[in-house]
Amino acid sequence: MNRIIVCMKPVPDPKHWDKVSMDPETKTLKREGIPNIMNPLDKHALEAALALRESHGGEVVLLSMAPPFAKTTIREGLAMGADRAVLLSDRVFAGSDSLATAEILAAGCRWIGDFDIVLCGNLSIDGSTAQICSQLAEMLDLPNVMHVTGLEESAGGNLVITQKIENGYVRLASGFPVVLSVRKELNKPRYIPFTGILAAESKEIAMLSNKDLCVDPEHIGLEGSPTKMAGLEVRKFERKKEKLEGTVDDVVKKLLERIYQCGVIEC
Amino acid sequence: MDEKRSRDVWVFAEQRNGELHDVSLELLGKARELADKTGSRVAAVLMGYHVHKLAQTLVNHGADMVFVADEPRLENYRLLPYTHVFESMIKEHGPDIVLMGATAMGVELAPRVAARVRTGLSAHCVDLKLNENGNLLQVVPGWGGGVVATIACPDHRPQMSTVMPGTMKALPEEERKGQIEEIYVDLPDSNMGPEVLGVERVVAGEQPLEKAEVVVAGGWGVGSEENWSLLEELARLLGGAVGATRPPVDEGWAREGQMIGQSGKTVRPTLYIGAGISGAMHHVVGMDQSKHIISINSNPDADIFEASDVIVAEDFMKILPPLIEEIKSRIK
Ligand SMILES: Cc1cc2nc3c(=O)[nH]c(=O)nc-3n(C[C@H](O)[C@H](O)[C@H](O)COP(=O)(O)OP(=O)(O)OC[C@H]3O[C@@H](n4cnc5c(N)ncnc54)[C@H](O)[C@@H]3O)c2cc1C
Ligand SMILES: Nc1ncnc2c1ncn2[C@@H]1O[C@H](COP(=O)(O)O)[C@@H](O)[C@H]1O
Repeated sequence: MNRIIVCMKPVPDPKHWDKVSMDPETKTLKREGIPNIMNPLDKHALEAALALRESHGGEVVLLSMAPPFAKTTIREGLAMGADRAVLLSDRVFAGSDSLATAEILAAGCRWIGDFDIVLCGNLSIDGSTAQICSQLAEMLDLPNVMHVTGLEESAGGNLVITQKIENGYVRLASGFPVVLSVRKELNKPRYIPFTGILAAESKEIAMLSNKDLCVDPEHIGLEGSPTKMAGLEVRKFERKKEKLEGTVDDVVKKLLERIYQCGVIEC
Repeated sequence: MDEKRSRDVWVFAEQRNGELHDVSLELLGKARELADKTGSRVAAVLMGYHVHKLAQTLVNHGADMVFVADEPRLENYRLLPYTHVFESMIKEHGPDIVLMGATAMGVELAPRVAARVRTGLSAHCVDLKLNENGNLLQVVPGWGGGVVATIACPDHRPQMSTVMPGTMKALPEEERKGQIEEIYVDLPDSNMGPEVLGVERVVAGEQPLEKAEVVVAGGWGVGSEENWSLLEELARLLGGAVGATRPPVDEGWAREGQMIGQSGKTVRPTLYIGAGISGAMHHVVGMDQSKHIISINSNPDADIFEASDVIVAEDFMKILPPLIEEIKSRIK
């Protein structure tokens, strides 16, 4: 194995999602004060890459498109064991949808070069599009497989992939290079060793802008994204909220009445 | 742009092993509604081998026409050949809208097709409507469901969406007439990606949660496997299915396929009864389109009450046993 690229997205920590609110003027999400973490599934992707490196050699490179502050999260991935990282950061990338993001990440992969596998998480917890794996592969003109729950190498040197589908699994044989996205059943990410934290300090994070990548400006950012946000709301509920009160007997009687009123049982 | 354009609404008719996925029929129902508003046609895209027999089923569920690509190399779903065929159909006919299920197959295939034809795609939609210009508005939950975004794709065609299974309603099957068109498949011999070594089906044997008229769901507050059987009994009496939040699945009281929410299933039954559920957004997005919602939670300030029609602020152990007895005595 020569090189494995792991796409890693810094995402807002879901523990703090109740702090998300909407700016009524700009109609954008306010996420101040919410710390970032490595997208949970990307940890599984990184674990898979580290395991492959242990058995086949090669290097593991993290790839992220994010603002410069993402370095903190990237350091975590380096501490877990990745060899180096590439951070794609440029104002012109802001507002990119999945198609534009895939195009930028593809340019990042080409810049890194000479890779055998690109690993992603199946989906990110904030955007949750689960579109990057297939779109990145399309931009790189490579095959891809999503929902990966098993990875082995066959005698012939092919990759044997287990893919989870509804009520079952598909087994696939793939050559290289290939783009994969993983589910959490694939493995158990290792804990970050203390020595890893120290080692991460001296590992390289290369910062690239679009001057380095030269992605067609018409294909990136808010303007270059085919999908547009037409509305955004923080969810509220409009329900009757009728509170049943009284003794337990009363409550059970009223409850039964309400169930009958729904017309799901006949009396 | 000299490619053809139409106002047609397409639905990807997903099949494995000659069995159509329910979501495809649900999407035909939605496609029918959208197409009727603009006076356009609904077409289903069917790929596989020996799948002709499914075409009439698609027509009977609302398709005006079915494009069938039937040939041995399409027998097993494979991403690159399917993308190739889909791309050439889109280029040839220029649909306005393409809908696919947010299934294992759909979420892999749709983004690849959208990137190939360079158009926008929105993921895991829970609602679709047309705006005054006839553009598609796609409603998608984000951030674990705490935020709902409406996405449009104003300048690119087709407008593409993957849609959560269980969120749209299939039309009842009735005999209809439709046009069935055979597609000539021109696949390159090489570079068709990974080979399928085998498909292993795990026998489902699960209640069709998404189709149940009544869902009785339980959360961490149910407390034990023994208590869990109360939910099962209530569901049985009401002719419904049992659903769960994540903790009962982690504990092994419920199966993975019973989980409702962002990482599980979307249900919209006539009646949803929840017990011992706090009301995390991750769960609520999977059930808040239910017609009637009844919640039982011993904490009077539980978040789930915000999303409920009927609130029972009590220990469910005090409520469910007498409720079950009462229903039993009335049914007799
Ligand atoms: C990325 C991500 C995805 C997720 N996806 C999902 C998903 O798809 N579906 C899902 O459900 N969760 C999901 N979760 C988990 C979710 O965030 C919540 O943790 C979960 O829904 C909480 O389940 P609960 O309400 O059963 O448990 P808890 O939050 O622990 O609530 C238990 C409730 O039971 C009540 N209770 C206790 N005893 C009794 C009693 N005797 N009688 C009545 N009430 C009682 C308590 O007052 C409390 O409100 C996800 C989390 C993450 C991070
Ligand atoms: N900005 C990004 N930088 C690096 N990787 C990303 C980025 N966005 C998405 N990914 C990768 O794509 C996967 C799926 O994300 P998504 O398609 O956004 O749900 C993530 O788990 C990451 O591996």
